[in-house]
Amino acid sequence: MLEIKNLHVKLEEEDKQILKGVTLSIGAGEVHAIMGPNGSGKSTLSYVLSGRDGYTVTDGSATLDGADLLVMEPEVRAAQGLFLAFQYPVEIPGVGNMTFLRTALNAQRKTRGEPEISAGDFLKLVREKAKGLKIDADMLKRPVNVGFSGGEKKRNEILQMAMLEPKMCILDETDSGLDVDAMKLVSEGVNALRSAGRSFLVITHYQRLLDHIKPDVVHIMAAGRIIKTGGPELALEVENNGYADLLAEVL
Amino acid sequence: MANIELDLPQLDVRDGVDRETIETVAAMGAYKYGWATDIEMDYAPKGLSEDIVRLISAKNGEPDWLLDWRLSAYRRWLGMEEPHWAMLTYPKIDYQDQYYYATPRSMAVKPKSLDEVDPKLLATYKKLGIPLKEQALLAGVEAPEGERRVAVDAVFDSVSVGTTFKAELAKAGVIFCSISEAVKEHPELVRKYLGSVVPPTDNFFATLNSAVFSDGSFVYIPPGTRCPMELSTYFRINAENTGQFERTLIICDRGAYVSYLEGCTAPKRDTHQLHAAVVELVILEDAEVKYSTVQNWYPGDEEGRGGIYNFVTKRADCREARAKVMWTQVETGSAITWKYPSCILRGDDSQGEFYSIAIANNAQQADTGTKMIHLGKRTKSRIVSKGISAGRAQNTYRGLVSMHPKATDSRNYTQCDSLLIGDQCGAHTVPYIEVKNTSSRVEHEATTSKVDEDQLFYCRSRGMSEEEAVALVVNGFCREVLQALPMEFAMEAQSLVAISLEGSVG
Ligand SMILES: Nc1ncnc2c1ncn2[C@@H]1O[C@H](COP(=O)(O)OP(=O)(O)O)[C@@H](O)[C@H]1O
Ligand SMILES: [Mg+2]
Repeated sequence: MLEIKNLHVKLEEEDKQILKGVTLSIGAGEVHAIMGPNGSGKSTLSYVLSGRDGYTVTDGSATLDGADLLVMEPEVRAAQGLFLAFQYPVEIPGVGNMTFLRTALNAQRKTRGEPEISAGDFLKLVREKAKGLKIDADMLKRPVNVGFSGGEKKRNEILQMAMLEPKMCILDETDSGLDVDAMKLVSEGVNALRSAGRSFLVITHYQRLLDHIKPDVVHIMAAGRIIKTGGPELALEVENNGYADLLAEVL
Repeated sequence: MANIELDLPQLDVRDGVDRETIETVAAMGAYKYGWATDIEMDYAPKGLSEDIVRLISAKNGEPDWLLDWRLSAYRRWLGMEEPHWAMLTYPKIDYQDQYYYATPRSMAVKPKSLDEVDPKLLATYKKLGIPLKEQALLAGVEAPEGERRVAVDAVFDSVSVGTTFKAELAKAGVIFCSISEAVKEHPELVRKYLGSVVPPTDNFFATLNSAVFSDGSFVYIPPGTRCPMELSTYFRINAENTGQFERTLIICDRGAYVSYLEGCTAPKRDTHQLHAAVVELVILEDAEVKYSTVQNWYPGDEEGRGGIYNFVTKRADCREARAKVMWTQVETGSAITWKYPSCILRGDDSQGEFYSIAIANNAQQADTGTKMIHLGKRTKSRIVSKGISAGRAQNTYRGLVSMHPKATDSRNYTQCDSLLIGDQCGAHTVPYIEVKNTSSRVEHEATTSKVDEDQLFYCRSRGMSEEEAVALVVNGFCREVLQALPMEFAMEAQSLVAISLEGSVG
């Protein structure tokens, strides 16, 4: 599904190398987790994969089902099935959440040459998906993320994911700032989407989330590299001992 | 007395960041109404003179008092100077190098009903999406929701082609017709109110209009009447080298209500065309007028070739107690916009509101805003202005809030937001505030921001193209004003915002 090879990324504006050779292979239906200290480049990786400006790829490649992601516009990547749940979801004043969702969904359909979804079908779909995430009608009407609590913003990201039905989902610290109940809602939302054809890359600091969303593979990232890859037990090890030992090992 | 004039500094824009945004968006040409109707026209001789004024008056079969009114305006205009205080630069207008009267030959004998109107003209409005058919409704059957009916007065170059739903409106006592017709059918009303809000001496462009106005719409809503449908005028400039000078007069009698819409378009031409309209609203005790405009004159091309010069005087006189007016405007077209719909809050407890979206793209220049003149006690006004600049465009909000000594306990609130797309455009805010009593309050808030790259990326990461993302974010920025529009108009305005920003910046 997602193949990242030897990815090197620097900032466009300054000469600062952030990713220094990231290699990662996620098969269809797999769930991978990335853990790592703050500033190790996890968000940068997710931004580069989804096509944000401001970064220069100096080496390496990233493909989605064999297609070169790095040459595509962000909206094309989205239409091809890539989705990023933002660590810091963006507020868009004056734009209703529903309007946003519908515009996004129809834009993707258009790019893929599919017909627009009818107003009725859309409403039905959004109500159904929102219900599972305990997102009420008021939150659907309010401007995108404006005045949402931290937990509401993260649930809203999962709602978008559920509506857009991507095949490759990247979740950047979706669990940060969530209380136990919200965490449960979000994980249930994610688990409901798990399927043979859909893969996940879950960036997190906490084992807690991985208790709910069971990963197949866990990677540890530090200083722009994946320094260790293992099974779910690796997350437990980090939870218990921190990153110090792992870092010491590689250095 | 406080008299403040400030020009907020232009925002420093980080370059590079959205260069690409802008270039992508720039790739498309956008104006959808740039085609012309090929139709036989009759023109008055080129240029302006007393003879032309007489000719226009004669064409409309006007009484002597109106001819004299025009002539005195014309003579006064000869001694006036074109104003240049606005933040607008354009080559000198040659007032002798254009036509002041152009009418389709088929209109020489006025058609008695819409059925007799030249099919080419009807086809023109059909293509513009303006319904000139009165959908026959079965007796006792309500119009389905979202299909509210709108009566239309269609003005083509210098003449009104026809007005729909006249008979039905007449049943409610509402008069809706072209102003040339009103002069004939309701001379007492026209004579009483014409020029009573915008006198012929008002300003250079209004005086010019008073001399040469050819047609326009007339509305009278009798006391206590809620106009049974929305009224609208659609202005189409078609002829080349021809100015359009229309005059609209709306009288909303005591306790009456009307919502009036105005739209306009013009073909793409390489030369500039002058549009100098006057709109007068007379609002009596407890009456209310909502006046909405979607101004979509041809804006000119990316290089600033062609486009309409739009010099318009619009004013509402809340003449008696508790009169209310709400101006809502979406200004997306024209090469030059010079327009300040104003409210004279004369009656005690009268209220004026002004909601504006002004988009200037490419080489467009807009200098627009409002005047709130508080004369009565406890008068209230509210101004919400959203200016969007893209390309090399310059967009100025210019507004006056004036509280006279007798306007005690009055309030004004002004919110003035500017959004910049790209780094070559400008946004300016020029508020003038005069408070001549101690019990009134004026609040002014202004912001200038750049279209946010994080918002655009967020939208694009969800699958929207760059243009869709810009349109969505800008529509969000304008929401307060869009909400002030009647529903059908709001939808049209939303897509117009998107279209105007296509081909955004270069
Ligand atoms: N636009 C930027 N400007 C300056 N530094 C940046 C920028 N983006 C990322 N960085 C730096 O790159 C490193 C990795 O950041 P990030 O990917 O956010 O880490 P993580 O998500 O793992 O905490 C950090 O040192 C961060 O400060
Ligand atoms: Mg991060």
